[in-house]
Amino acid sequence: MIRRTHPALSAWAWLVYAFLYLPIIVLVVFSFNDSRFGATWAGFTTKWYGVLFARADVREALAHTLEIALLSTLVSTVLGTLVGLGLWRYTLRFRTALTGLLVLPIVVPDVVMGVSLLMFYSFVRQGLERAGWTFDNGFWTVLLAHVTFQISYVALTVRSRLAGYGPELEEAARDLGASGWESFRRVVLPLAMPGVLAGALLAFTLSLDDFVVTYFTSGSGFSTLPVLIYTNVKRGVTPDINALSALLVLVTVVAIVAANALLRPRRDA
Amino acid sequence: MLTVRRFFATLGPGVLWLAVFLIVPALVMLGYSFLTRTDLAQVGAPWTLESWQRVFGYDALFQEWTGDNVRVLWRSVWVATLSTALCVLMGYPLAFYIARQDARRKNLLLLLLIIPFWTNFLIRVYAWILILRPFDLVPSLTATLLGMVYAFVPFFVLPVYSSVEKIDWRLLEAAEDLGAPPVRAFLSAVFPQTLPGLVAGILLTFIPALGTFVVSDILGGAKTALVGNLIQNQFGQAGDWPYGSALSFLLMGAVLLGLWAYARVAGQKGLEELV
Repeated sequence: MIRRTHPALSAWAWLVYAFLYLPIIVLVVFSFNDSRFGATWAGFTTKWYGVLFARADVREALAHTLEIALLSTLVSTVLGTLVGLGLWRYTLRFRTALTGLLVLPIVVPDVVMGVSLLMFYSFVRQGLERAGWTFDNGFWTVLLAHVTFQISYVALTVRSRLAGYGPELEEAARDLGASGWESFRRVVLPLAMPGVLAGALLAFTLSLDDFVVTYFTSGSGFSTLPVLIYTNVKRGVTPDINALSALLVLVTVVAIVAANALLRPRRDA
Repeated sequence: MLTVRRFFATLGPGVLWLAVFLIVPALVMLGYSFLTRTDLAQVGAPWTLESWQRVFGYDALFQEWTGDNVRVLWRSVWVATLSTALCVLMGYPLAFYIARQDARRKNLLLLLLIIPFWTNFLIRVYAWILILRPFDLVPSLTATLLGMVYAFVPFFVLPVYSSVEKIDWRLLEAAEDLGAPPVRAFLSAVFPQTLPGLVAGILLTFIPALGTFVVSDILGGAKTALVGNLIQNQFGQAGDWPYGSALSFLLMGAVLLGLWAYARVAGQKGLEELV
């Protein structure tokens, strides 16, 4: 139901939106600012984008970010979907404990998750070294960490997608002569698919975006884009990082608008 | 029926993964918090309560209670509370505004809210350096607060919006028909209906605000360190893992205790709706 909105409410809403977009706009504007230290406007330039593209460390970090995001999404989507299906399909005696376990990675502050994994890896590394093995690879430690926080999101998305359907669906398929695998593949999986895709998209974005857990688990010599941005920002404002940020904002906007157009819920869904 | 075979075909791998990479690391962390720092980022015997004493403000070096740490913890709680309150102030009316638009505008406004929500957290915080630097506000506690409100306000608005969307406005009309003044009508007919979203929104703002180190690291200074910065430092320059572990465990405990209380009130369904 649509009611008239009070002018004060509208004004407030516009103020909040201005607040939300002011930093983003400033960032984009400053990425075109022809001044090294950039507190004042010194004319329009696109040279920082050139500087950015010439940086090998940026290209490498971008490649790492994408590799980690793709692989971790693949693993977590499979594991999370299976968990989601199990939660939906079976009556469980330990359901509360299981829900708690799944909610844990979502609610525990990411700094805690990061440092506990850091110590866990060091613990495992010491054990392996005693056995004569070496384990010192930022790629794998980050990958395993990302899967850990992604699983829950996928599982809960899949489960809530299937929430409205009962086990009678599968029973009906079985009565009609489908094998267990067939009823899964041709009945359950197609129903769960929108949830699986939404979960995978969420997992992918979370991986791309993650700074804190990656920062603690990557060790030295391996960075993703957020970690690279952090180390640069700590050294001070640099215009090529403004350009990188502006590009990432652009990618976000395009991705969200595209996802909105593709995934907009239809009336019948 | 869940058989062992079915368990390992569905829930098993995921549950096992979380056990290995979430529960075991938490146990390692708990164990380390009772060990001694032997060298930079090294732990070893003997077992001791020293790190936990330090967490609660006891200085092992001077053998007395100095309360330094308690001040940092207190500041973290206070900053998280204040930034959550500001998010409520900004976001609660906004949720109503969005919910009352027609479908097309609603979709656009939600999209405009989701864009900052999904824009990289670090970038959004960093952008405030560019804005606040000319006013000489970086680093400062004001900048930290502003950055937090900015970073977390979308987390707050989205759950409140989904509550506002479900409001049964007939209750408001009934209250008005019965002669309730506008404020009273709102408080008794509308506000209670938004409570689930409000509580979820507050939790989703307060918990990250309590644990963050990024915002205060980039916009605040050493003088405005929060518990997150203290933890980060123990795993960075200070290299004191036992102390960092005790701090992390305390932070996690506080969050889990809060959520447990929330689950007791809202039930398991409430906990699931939170995510």
